[in-house]
Amino acid sequence: MSTPATGPQATGPQATGPQATGPQATSPQATSPQATSPQAVVPQGSAGTLHRGGPLGWLPITPAVALLLVFLAGPIGYCVYIAFTNMQLTGSSSTDFVGLANFRRAFADPEFRNAVWLTLVFTVISSIIGQNSLGLALATLMRRASRPVRTVTGIFVIAAWVLPEIVAAFLLYAFFRREGTLNAILDQLHLPSQNWLYSLPILAVSFANVWRGTAFSMLIYSAALNEIPQDITESAELDGAGGLRRFWHITLPMIRRSVATNLMLNTLQTLSVFGLIWAMTRGGPGNRSETLPVFMYDQAFLKSFIGYGTAVALLLLLISSLFSVVYLRLLKTEV
Amino acid sequence: MRPTAPLILAAAATVLAAGTLTACGSGSGSSPDTVRIAYERSTSNKVRIMDNYLESVKKEFEKANPGKKVELLPIQADENAYYTKIQQMMRSPRTAPDLVYEDTFLINSDIKSGYLAPIDTYLKNWPSWQHFVPTAKAAAKAQDGKTYGVPDGTDTRGIWFNKDIFRKAGLPTDWQPKNWADILDAARTIKQKVPGTVPLNIYTGKGPGEAAVMQGFEMLLYGTGADPLYDAKQGKWVAGSKGFTDSLAFVNTVFAEKLGLDKSDALDPNAMTNVQTDWVPKSKLAIDIDGSFAGQQWLPSGGSPWPAWSTTMGQAAMPTQYGQAPGKVSMSGGWTWSIPAKSKNADLAWKMIEQLQTRKNAVKYTIEGAQIACRDDVAQDPAYLKSSPGVKFFTSLVEYTHYRPALPAYPQVSSAIGEAMESVTTGDAGPQAAAKTYDEQLKTAVGDAIVHRP
Repeated sequence: MSTPATGPQATGPQATGPQATGPQATSPQATSPQATSPQAVVPQGSAGTLHRGGPLGWLPITPAVALLLVFLAGPIGYCVYIAFTNMQLTGSSSTDFVGLANFRRAFADPEFRNAVWLTLVFTVISSIIGQNSLGLALATLMRRASRPVRTVTGIFVIAAWVLPEIVAAFLLYAFFRREGTLNAILDQLHLPSQNWLYSLPILAVSFANVWRGTAFSMLIYSAALNEIPQDITESAELDGAGGLRRFWHITLPMIRRSVATNLMLNTLQTLSVFGLIWAMTRGGPGNRSETLPVFMYDQAFLKSFIGYGTAVALLLLLISSLFSVVYLRLLKTEV
Repeated sequence: MRPTAPLILAAAATVLAAGTLTACGSGSGSSPDTVRIAYERSTSNKVRIMDNYLESVKKEFEKANPGKKVELLPIQADENAYYTKIQQMMRSPRTAPDLVYEDTFLINSDIKSGYLAPIDTYLKNWPSWQHFVPTAKAAAKAQDGKTYGVPDGTDTRGIWFNKDIFRKAGLPTDWQPKNWADILDAARTIKQKVPGTVPLNIYTGKGPGEAAVMQGFEMLLYGTGADPLYDAKQGKWVAGSKGFTDSLAFVNTVFAEKLGLDKSDALDPNAMTNVQTDWVPKSKLAIDIDGSFAGQQWLPSGGSPWPAWSTTMGQAAMPTQYGQAPGKVSMSGGWTWSIPAKSKNADLAWKMIEQLQTRKNAVKYTIEGAQIACRDDVAQDPAYLKSSPGVKFFTSLVEYTHYRPALPAYPQVSSAIGEAMESVTTGDAGPQAAAKTYDEQLKTAVGDAIVHRP
């Protein structure tokens, strides 16, 4: 959702008539005469010019490069440009370059700070602690379980993961609602009812994200644990190391790389969770579950400040890269 | 071979590839013989009032114009999401519809963005235009003096109350509160004497969006004094007024004393649909500050048919804060049919507007959509006057009604009001603090065009 759905129109919406829809301003008449057909410049009998490093070695990848430029680099560059303007979705037809004003506004905005804080809470609780530990625990336990137990657990956990985000979000909304499934169960058990979506929304959405994303960690860790040679574990057992010690001193160091990789993927995914929170709470009540992606959407599309929303998106990108740098360093250190 | 040749070749290939890639965007499947109409479909799957009406007009239009087609583009979403969606559609000629249903609350903002085309040239030669009442003609008029849409009705707002619950609580069934305190007192009485019902609904918060701002907050605010939101004489928005804080205090009281819906229900984006199709018809709610259009859900064509509504539900006007003159207050809005600036079929789209506004169709929609007529010929139609007992009452509120400031910044102001309401509803902030936050957000939205009032 980081790119606007429509082609950029730096000229403003008054410009009617069909315009170029891509961000680039290429004009097809730039073709020069000697470039009309490849044969025109390939000398007779030198079929070898297409090998690597030859003068025409770049030709085969130009379409791919063009594709990337038009559909990836273009919109991204356009987004960076928007972040420095005061573009609005409605209420103003002119778009002016405003320098760093959007970023200054963000740092002075208590709602933005609140969103950063909630994003960190959401990421730490649901991804770093929740999905990661639960995934590892499930993977470890499932190694010892019998085949049918393994199959059934696997099916359930993975089902939560393959559900489309919006379906999962509505399921969990129906589960946590004041008149929802969870309260019906609690009522049956004569336990006090809860209203987490209202009273502890950030916890409710964190729990939802754990429920949804644990399968991914579990799969990564299952694969990693299978890589550990049996004889090492066995010799440790002979030396009298208990289960916990074995896990701490042998298993963990051996799957360290998987842990870092998994943490990185999980964190980046969780930082950008939007649909789940939007469908469950809309960032409310108040702004008690308004993480950065929701805040971004609210500013850009509900309050129409597209420029500001995009600037916030860039700041979210910055936070993601900080996390990535930390994890990459973890990956680098030697055992 | 010149060393530059490969470079030129590569560049040429890139350009060619780019050219072919982007050329695919020019044909969007819209043909000059098809009118594409974007409108909002209710989030309740039982409510298909607009859909059915447009279907019937579509049939007429295609019969009257052989070879021409109408394509309906229903957007099923809550109001905020609908606005965002049509704005994005209108940004590009490839996705712009030919006809769009615009809320008058947003129209000036969209006009300023250049999304809509003026229709004065069409209106000049359209005999029906003279039937529209002056306020309706002004609804889609921009600051440049041009008109950008044809309204298909208007609405007023007041209080619906359930006479059965009032009887149980020992309250009069011809109830007409004189001031805010009367409303709260009635709600407190109901809470005490008829447990299990919700005494009072006032829409609030970011979820219901403009419904909360207009049906809830502005119905209070415009009863506190003159020009409480925008001072047209000075051309400035009002900040820091006592009326603003008092209105927030009213909302705060309703939820602090548990006179309203459960907070999580009240802040639900679908609160309006739930109130009108569930809590009111099932007599779970005693007093509902709502629009004239609430009744459309209880008609046979509505989402929650309820034949007994005409004997069960009473109507009262919203009083001013202390009963000061003129004693009553109402808010009006409405929707218009507009033609996007990037539409390629403006002429055909206009033809469709004419079809939508033949006298027969205008009467039909005004009745089915539970609208308040904005054309004199419709207002005199016996079918309209008999369409429902509420119509007469809500039409009578027109003399007390106010329109929202029709300015491009209004949507952002409205959004800030929604947030202020939400924070006093949840209790995150008191009325004073919430009003202060609103003043700050107002500054972000409108800059220096602010006047401070004690």
